[in-house]
Amino acid sequence: MSITTRPRASARPRPPRVTRPAWEEPRAPLEAGARGIVLFGMAALIVVPLYIVVLTSFSSQATITAAGGMVMVPGELTLSAYEQILSGGVVTRAVMVSVGITAVGTLISLVVSVMAAYGLSRPGSYAHRPILFFLLITMFFGAGMIPSYLLVSNLGLINSYWSLILPSCISVFNIFLMRGFFMGIDQSIIDSARIDGAGDWRILTKMVLPMSRSVITVIGLFYGVGYWNAFFNATLYINDSEKLPLQVILRSYVLQGVSVPGQVSVGSGEVATLAVQMAVVIIALVPVLIVYPFLQKHISSGVMIGAVKG
Amino acid sequence: MTVLDERRPTTAAPPADPATLKAATAKKRKKRRALFKRDRTLLIMVLPALLLTALFAYVPIVGNAIAFQDYSPYVGAFENPWVGFANFERVLADEAFWSAVRNTLTITAFQLVFFFPVPIMLAILLQGLLSPRVRSLFQSIVYLPHFLSWVIVISIFQQILGGAGLLNQFLRDNGIEAVNLMTQPDTFLVLVTSQALWKDAGWGIIVFLAALSAIDPSQYEAAAMDGAGRLKRMWHITLPALRPIIILLLILRLGDSLTVGFEQLLLQRDAVGAGAAEVLDTFVYYSGIQNGDWSYAAAAGLIKGVISVILVLGANKLAHLFGEAGVYQKS
Repeated sequence: MSITTRPRASARPRPPRVTRPAWEEPRAPLEAGARGIVLFGMAALIVVPLYIVVLTSFSSQATITAAGGMVMVPGELTLSAYEQILSGGVVTRAVMVSVGITAVGTLISLVVSVMAAYGLSRPGSYAHRPILFFLLITMFFGAGMIPSYLLVSNLGLINSYWSLILPSCISVFNIFLMRGFFMGIDQSIIDSARIDGAGDWRILTKMVLPMSRSVITVIGLFYGVGYWNAFFNATLYINDSEKLPLQVILRSYVLQGVSVPGQVSVGSGEVATLAVQMAVVIIALVPVLIVYPFLQKHISSGVMIGAVKG
Repeated sequence: MTVLDERRPTTAAPPADPATLKAATAKKRKKRRALFKRDRTLLIMVLPALLLTALFAYVPIVGNAIAFQDYSPYVGAFENPWVGFANFERVLADEAFWSAVRNTLTITAFQLVFFFPVPIMLAILLQGLLSPRVRSLFQSIVYLPHFLSWVIVISIFQQILGGAGLLNQFLRDNGIEAVNLMTQPDTFLVLVTSQALWKDAGWGIIVFLAALSAIDPSQYEAAAMDGAGRLKRMWHITLPALRPIIILLLILRLGDSLTVGFEQLLLQRDAVGAGAAEVLDTFVYYSGIQNGDWSYAAAAGLIKGVISVILVLGANKLAHLFGEAGVYQKS
């Protein structure tokens, strides 16, 4: 398997306005209409549910009762759901846990991956073939859940935040992707740095990294979104309810309908109100929305294409 | 002295008599040692990733040995009695296991028909879209759900289709009996597939768009000049251009037949019931982690892992037979 990366277009020119070429027959209005409806319908199917969730999270209890549940038409708007869950208590703590794991995890993942990718990217270096093979195999054969769990348990990592970071720390796929990019860097630049006496660390930090900002951003965001969204690891390795990340809390609030002990009182012992539930969904979703435009910017560039073609 | 990056593999001519052979191996060893010395910084850089992979990917592979034991967490790793293939026999005689296999394969087959072609069709639909701004807005919208977690996606579905969801509000308002689609085993297959479509169909078009943009427009022009209509052009130019990537993705999907959205299924398994929503991965999870039948679950997991590898290799072989590049090639 070889990773092919194409050099990224240096500056993305704005795509010219597409006009129908002379040879193409004009589109039948019916076909154009059908096309538009399908595509618009797709987009609406994604946007409308998100809109309803956002709106409900900002709606007052009276509006929700009047609507009989989820709110589609804006009524009385309030921030009270957010005030409730962010004023301390389970959700606030879960947000902190998730933020911490995402920040630390992404940093470690990126550092380890960048080093490995660079270390394997110099042509003809010592033992790079067997090492690549060693890493590659893990993409085809996963060991399975039970032995992985027993390993983490034997390492004494149950209930430790490290269990949410270390086992899923590196993605071989991402390493190969970065390696492909590093290999595309002009060798003569690196040679000239070497003549000037720069070692590999210096070349990596001073030359290769600044030239690879877009790949590193994308992969960092992928790692970050992965840590933020991870849910199963925590159900597996964390029993201590004080250490649960946001996705697990979200599950128990919204999908299992339980009120977590020590929850901000929404009428003690009661299931959280719909607005509060939706507010938790939104809080779990907002960080992804924030980084999404950055991702989006790079997705269209060559980076992703090289990735998927792998 | 600094050795420049002249990192080309050295090829030595095969020597004939033992003496030169010996000298050659000594020389080779010396060369390798020099290479090692030169590249030790690179090796140090790779080390953390190697250690993590060895620990968290390879040690558990060895750990699968418990599938051949009667494992108990309370005795040392080497004191568990070996039981040969007893666990495997137990798994293969278990109706619940076969039910999980059936559910897994049913979901895979269903999604192959109703999920797999959707991104291809969307990409082709999007291809001729006139305004690039509308096009990129559309892309921004449909890529987004891919980055939402399964917990969020299912929470949203719950609010729309669940017992207290939007659909039922509407039904109740109109005097129709409410149905909770989130707990219906009968329609679960459709539910799982629509969730997958909602989350990933948009993201799936990205590869196909890339392949489409690589087509030389003059091909279309020439075909049009020769009188090929819109459909003919799609059949003879667009689809052949997509063929390699379609086959590649098909192979990957077939190789992954035994895996169907683990988190997605786990989150809904209790609401829908094991009858329809138990797949191989959840089966392993419930019998091992929940019921503590470690060796049994490890055996089930190992069966799945081994068959998956065979499927990937088989699918790749198949691609080679069809003259396609496949996932990897012998080099």
